[in-house]
Amino acid sequence: MDKIPILKMGEFLLVTIQVDLYDRLALALENDLINMVSKTEARGVLIDISAVSIVDSFMGRILGNIASMSKIMDAETVVVGMQPAVAITLVELGLTLTGVHTALDVEKGMELLRNKIGYLPKEEEDLYDDII
Amino acid sequence: MMTLSKETLTIQREPDVIYFRNKAKEYAVKIGMSMVGQTKLITAASELVRNMLRYANGGEAVLEIVIRNNIKGVRLTFADKGPGIKDVKQAMQDGFSTGRSLGLGLPGAKRLSNEFDIKSEVGKGTTVTIIRWKNGL
Ligand SMILES: Nc1ncnc2c1ncn2[C@@H]1O[C@H](COP(=O)(O)OP(=O)(O)O)[C@@H](O)[C@H]1O
Ligand SMILES: [Mg+2]
Repeated sequence: MDKIPILKMGEFLLVTIQVDLYDRLALALENDLINMVSKTEARGVLIDISAVSIVDSFMGRILGNIASMSKIMDAETVVVGMQPAVAITLVELGLTLTGVHTALDVEKGMELLRNKIGYLPKEEEDLYDDII
Repeated sequence: MMTLSKETLTIQREPDVIYFRNKAKEYAVKIGMSMVGQTKLITAASELVRNMLRYANGGEAVLEIVIRNNIKGVRLTFADKGPGIKDVKQAMQDGFSTGRSLGLGLPGAKRLSNEFDIKSEVGKGTTVTIIRWKNGL
């Protein structure tokens, strides 16, 4: 596999990371996603990392970059399905995913995105954020 | 402390990072380390192996199962013959980086390990050793 598919779902982009990424693939994903957000004028990016068993500072930085670049183009980023062990490890590593929202699964992530972009102006709180 | 099994891998290219991570996980699973323990160990290993590639063009990574006071652990040693680190204390600080990255690799790896040791000499190289015990917090 040398490219991670990006799915367009209405105003959102969905990426499911199926394996632990090596660096070049992760960098390519960052590039592709940012280009797609710009091209499609997407309002949200969902990144499903439920199959990812490790997020180190390299991967963390990429997630942060995706979020901050998307934000500039008016799109919010939600990381969904982070394994509990990965979340605990991130805290101890000292990594804060600035600008990255988190949710339990894709469905909750979509809900969060809709709230963020003002479909249903309801709660502001993220659904999973206090674990990070 | 006694070594029960030992393996040495050469780290030269980017794919070696993932291969090494998988090996480290295998060792952790073999001694019955918890999921959180495994994840901490592998994350620390990923940071240290990456440093070796990035700052020293690679090196050797040693995997060991060790035992002390009847408790098993995984010891990982990362040894390179790179440029060494001028000021180790500074390199161990959160946010310090000469590579314009996050500067969390060394201090983070220390927090994620139960034991951590770093030796570095300018012009000679750097060796980092970490241990996670089976039941370590
Ligand atoms: N194996 C190594 N050889 C030489 N220098 C190193 C090595 N590992 C780390 N360093 C130095 O220590 C600094 C801090 O490393 P680290 O905490 O991993 O953060 P980062 O990799 O993001 O810079 C690096 O920027 C580099 O200058
Ligand atoms: Mg590093």
